[in-house]
Amino acid sequence: MSLLTPDLGLLFWMIVSFGMVLVILSKYGFPVIIKAIEQRKAYIDNSLEQARLVKEQLADVQMEADKILMDAKEKQHAILQEAITEKEKIIYEARTKAEAEARQQITEATQRIQEEKERAIRDIRSEITGLSITIAEKVIKEKIDSSGKQQQIINRLLDEVSFSKS
Amino acid sequence: MNDISNSRLWWMIGMIWLCFTTSVKAESSPVDVQEIVFSHIQDAYTWHITKWNGKEITISLPVLVKSEERGWSFFFSHNLHDGNAYDNYYLATEGDHAGKVVEKNSRGEVVRPLDLSLTKNVCGLFISCTIILFIILWTARWYKKHPNEVPGGFIGLIETAICYMQDNVIKGAIGKDYKRYNSYLLTVFFFILINNLIGIIPVFPGGANVTGNIAVTGVLAACTFIVVNLFATKNYWKEIFWPKAPIYLKLPLPIMPLVEFFGVFTKPFALMIRLFANIMAGHTIILALTCLIFITTSMGLLVNFGMTIVSVFFSAFMNCLELLVACLQAYIFTLLSANYIGLAKVED
Repeated sequence: MSLLTPDLGLLFWMIVSFGMVLVILSKYGFPVIIKAIEQRKAYIDNSLEQARLVKEQLADVQMEADKILMDAKEKQHAILQEAITEKEKIIYEARTKAEAEARQQITEATQRIQEEKERAIRDIRSEITGLSITIAEKVIKEKIDSSGKQQQIINRLLDEVSFSKS
Repeated sequence: MNDISNSRLWWMIGMIWLCFTTSVKAESSPVDVQEIVFSHIQDAYTWHITKWNGKEITISLPVLVKSEERGWSFFFSHNLHDGNAYDNYYLATEGDHAGKVVEKNSRGEVVRPLDLSLTKNVCGLFISCTIILFIILWTARWYKKHPNEVPGGFIGLIETAICYMQDNVIKGAIGKDYKRYNSYLLTVFFFILINNLIGIIPVFPGGANVTGNIAVTGVLAACTFIVVNLFATKNYWKEIFWPKAPIYLKLPLPIMPLVEFFGVFTKPFALMIRLFANIMAGHTIILALTCLIFITTSMGLLVNFGMTIVSVFFSAFMNCLELLVACLQAYIFTLLSANYIGLAKVED
């Protein structure tokens, strides 16, 4: 059976060509491809890992931003609260001050009125004293001396009159 | 219902009648199917393409022979057509060397010279080797040019095949030390696959029955044999010559060692025969189915017509099957080679 007996020529060429194909492909073919595929795999794995890290970092940053925002809001709230209390305090203080001033002014005014009144009374009294003296002089026809003794008596009399009146 | 069966009956009778009447007219020479099939699946010195208007269209291939007496000679095979002789070389028609180049030496004996002719199979082999080199080196170049990129299309297909073979077959069968054998096993896989696929194509660049030739499968199996036994561990040899079997199977008569030792050779032998027989059988079946058309020309028009339809249908089916077998056999050869290598790497 010639089907089952290998032909020498074909055997020779088969060894030569298969050997060549094997040598060339195991040098420049498959190792290159497999290396490239492995490199790509490593690259993809690396990229995925990096993407995951970045994502985590981003989440951290987001959280931090949220925290900062929350803090800011809290601070704002506190400041507002403080401002409100301050305002109330200022208003209160202003009011008390104004009240005190007003009271003082009132007391001053009453005091001045009192003084005015006393002075007026004193003026009136001296006027009256003068008048009385003149009247008395006129009455007694210059007999009574306008010395201090008489004036004292009149003053005392006038005091008695004003005290009894008030 | 009755009408239908009636008409069918008439149709059948008519057909049978046609068969008999037309068969009288056929008077062509009988088709020698065996000759056709064998000439296609065996090697040849010329690449026969077709016959056009009674003229053979062939590609003349170089013949390179070395005679013991006259040394090397080189000529083209069209010089040997129709029983012509060139420089005392001619194609033997009978005897041990039927169909081969022989010479008549000075003593008048017919001897076979050392024949390194570039026959049809050798040319087919060269063509497929060129295609394999082109495909793989092209793919490798693409990867060099596009680092860290994913290929698409044909290169993607090659990558898928390589990754599949590496991850599912080679890594699984050999284990941790698989990288050393990657190149060999992948080369074997693509070599068989491309040769099988090209063998299915019926016209010129294809059609050579390369992987259906015992010399080709023999070399492949021998390579596997060498790889298996060259890198075998000590334990593998111990398993062969002193296997774990009851002592009476080993000592007075070394039955088990003998069986194991034969196993070393039968494994690659089975590889060789499996690939050869599968591909050769596929080619034979397709050729036989095609020949059916020409055999039945002598049996009448209707039979011929019917058989032509059957033949074309079955040929198409067989071609699809052969496509599957082409991939399957390449896969199986690689898988078994990887397994044998893995078995030769047993530890403990």
